Amino acid sequence: MLPHYWPTPVTGDPLIYGADVSIALVSIAILFVLFYYKKWGWLWREWLTTVDHKKIGILYVIAALLMLFRGGVDGLLMRTQLAQPNMHFLESEHYNQVFSTHGTIMILFVAMPFMFALFNIVIPLQIGARDVAFPYLNAISFWMFFFGALLLNISFVIGGSPDAGWVSYAPLTEKQFDPGPGENFYLMALQLSGIGSMATGINFLVTILRMRAPGMTLMRMPLLTWAVLAASIIIIYAFPALTIALALLLIDRVAGAHFFTMGHGGNPMMYTNLFWIWGHPEVYIVLLPVFGVFSEVFPAFSGKRVFGYSSMVASLMAISIVSFLLWAHHFFTMGAGPGVNTYFGIASMAIGIPTGVKVFNWMFTMYRGRIRMTMPMRWAVGFIPNFVIGGATGVMLAAAPGDYQYHNSFFLIAHFHQVLIGGTIYGSLAGMYFWWPKMFGFTLDEKRGRIAFWLWNVGFYVTFFPQYLLGLMGMTRRIYTYPPGMGWTNLNLLSTIGAFLMGLGFIYIVWDILYSTMHRSELKDVTGDPWNARSLEWSLPSPPPHYNFAVVPTVTRRDEWWELKKSGRADVLRPTAQDIEAIHMPNNSGKPIIFSVFFFIVGLGFVFEWYAVIVIGLAGVLATMLLRSVEEDTGHHIPAEEVRHEEMALGRM
Amino acid sequence: MAVSNKDLSGVLARGQSAGHSHDENELRVAGFWIFLSTDMILFACLFATYLVLRGNTDAGPTPQQIFDVRGFTEETFILLTSSFTCGLATHAMHEGRRGGLITWLSITALLGLSFVGLEVSEFVHDVGVGATMQRSAFLSAFFTLVGTHGLHVSIGILWMISIMYQILKRGINATTARKLTIVGLYWHFLDVVWVFLFTVVYLMGVM
Repeated sequence: MLPHYWPTPVTGDPLIYGADVSIALVSIAILFVLFYYKKWGWLWREWLTTVDHKKIGILYVIAALLMLFRGGVDGLLMRTQLAQPNMHFLESEHYNQVFSTHGTIMILFVAMPFMFALFNIVIPLQIGARDVAFPYLNAISFWMFFFGALLLNISFVIGGSPDAGWVSYAPLTEKQFDPGPGENFYLMALQLSGIGSMATGINFLVTILRMRAPGMTLMRMPLLTWAVLAASIIIIYAFPALTIALALLLIDRVAGAHFFTMGHGGNPMMYTNLFWIWGHPEVYIVLLPVFGVFSEVFPAFSGKRVFGYSSMVASLMAISIVSFLLWAHHFFTMGAGPGVNTYFGIASMAIGIPTGVKVFNWMFTMYRGRIRMTMPMRWAVGFIPNFVIGGATGVMLAAAPGDYQYHNSFFLIAHFHQVLIGGTIYGSLAGMYFWWPKMFGFTLDEKRGRIAFWLWNVGFYVTFFPQYLLGLMGMTRRIYTYPPGMGWTNLNLLSTIGAFLMGLGFIYIVWDILYSTMHRSELKDVTGDPWNARSLEWSLPSPPPHYNFAVVPTVTRRDEWWELKKSGRADVLRPTAQDIEAIHMPNNSGKPIIFSVFFFIVGLGFVFEWYAVIVIGLAGVLATMLLRSVEEDTGHHIPAEEVRHEEMALGRM
Repeated sequence: MAVSNKDLSGVLARGQSAGHSHDENELRVAGFWIFLSTDMILFACLFATYLVLRGNTDAGPTPQQIFDVRGFTEETFILLTSSFTCGLATHAMHEGRRGGLITWLSITALLGLSFVGLEVSEFVHDVGVGATMQRSAFLSAFFTLVGTHGLHVSIGILWMISIMYQILKRGINATTARKLTIVGLYWHFLDVVWVFLFTVVYLMGVM
């Protein structure tokens, strides 16, 4: 059977050839290093087969930073193209691909892995658990995400990238209007990583509900744990809608069905609805966890307990419910009528209330506190004005009649970058700086971090404030160039300058990480509690041993670790020789990555419509699942003697 | 639902394993309940799509023309019966009767197989009279919704075979008991989905 498409390094665009060559060179370099230093065994044993939540968390951080680079380069390409009128830096087709991959990558392959990194690294430590509920499934989640991201990223070197925006609206994405494999790459990449995300949601909901240390009642949980609980609930109930939207569009494209086509009774708006039934809750999936981060960072560096704990919990839960009830505000202009638009407009404004409660609580937490301006705190304080402005412009957009003016303009672009960068990225970076010592055993350098923060923060306002004005002046999104004389030129140039400042900020963050790694002996965290913080993970050494807690702690109140330190009884969380028993831990497994590779093969099969490849891939998926099912894997026990030995070596006994 | 967490812990108390496996088995059942709720949302989205598109027949075959009352009634009785026999298999497990368990589970899988067979022949017949999924939005939605359920049932059959193999090899212990409990939950869930399919797609279609 002849395949529909052959993967080719498309177009004659020198930029794409450049990318092809650099990807080939980097891959060869990585392979060379692995062969030369004989690191294959190490890589396989320590990382590719790991089920340890701490290592999986680190893998997510690395993936998120790499993808932030890729998505950031896309952003800079767009800003370069728009810096002046009538530019010919990118062709229109290439510009379409760049804004599509920029959005897709930033939401699904930067924001999501940053969230999952937080979930993995912090949650088990914070609730006094030794791992997540389903460690094997956790590894599957990561590898499905990884191969989904890989599928999207190889698209522009073989076969062509998706080019219909990160929302991939029908009927533009139907085969009739968008032939070629680009949109198939998008559909399969999101489908693969979506399976992983759904599994992560289930995993962490069960982990938080069932694996907390004795005494940690729900209302004694740290607020990050509450935030992850709320986000997991949203993931579980939002992602199936995305699965369906993507699957039906794929069936349209591959099997010639008529869900979202113009003719034969199809209904394109059904795609838009299904997409945003996932898409709006998704915004809160990437925001609630960083709300949790801020609720940890503000108290820690204000030397006070969080203001209004119960209202923080209530607002998280309220947001997790209301987030499902306002999806149609993404398409007020659909013409659903005043009744529908009024409802969705009011619901969208209403969700600002619990969010506002949280902002006030964070500020009251700082009020009269003993504030220490560390790196995590700097990103957290930078977040507040960002989010207040983003919230205010959000309420403007929620007013349906007004939205007819702002819809699809640069005003909207500025708004959602304000909340997603100002919220999600600032929060992820605050979290990264905060828990970095817990992951790696050393803090990140303050001086270089400060330069990165200011470059980024100033660059952010310089980039996006002009875009609000451009939007009000009528510049719409997704146009690849504009004529002179519109009055847009200077503001666009300013916005591009800001974008490059942010790019410089990113380079400084990477430099900070490299510099600190080189100077890790000076920056070493010997206490395990470098910030004098409040929750249980800081009672452990940095990095924690493989089994986390030699003896599972008993919790009697909120901020247990902080209260113990205050009363001078921090030692009660140290293990004693007679309390240590053998510890049951899950075994590493190579099946999660193999399983995901087969799914990747299925994905490639659908992208190029090679049916034999799909069948081979699915057979592999099924075989791996059956092999796992009949395997007797009950984990292993770390003998008590070994645990004692390790705790002694860590200086804890 | 014939099986609950409580029933399982009864089995586990009589099971062979000690220590952590008790907790792990309970965790997995809890996790599977949550998975089922995601699957429920998945079907809910397909039902919503079907309801939006079911009138859009594009002057092609209508539900009245292609739905065969006798066929879908048979499918319904077969699937409902298989849910009952699946419950009997779980009951046999609780009493520790391996023979009974295997017998009832085999009957369940065979009933499932005949359900899938009937559904496939229904689809083949539809396609034969020109009612393909490429014909209209109604047919796209119909084949996808009913087909997704059929795919779930087919996976369930393979899953049951794998579990029967494990029970024959290792007997009834905490792990195999948990596996049977979970596949049972899955099977009953598919039965509940079918009740909605029967009502919303077939009955409302021929009325």
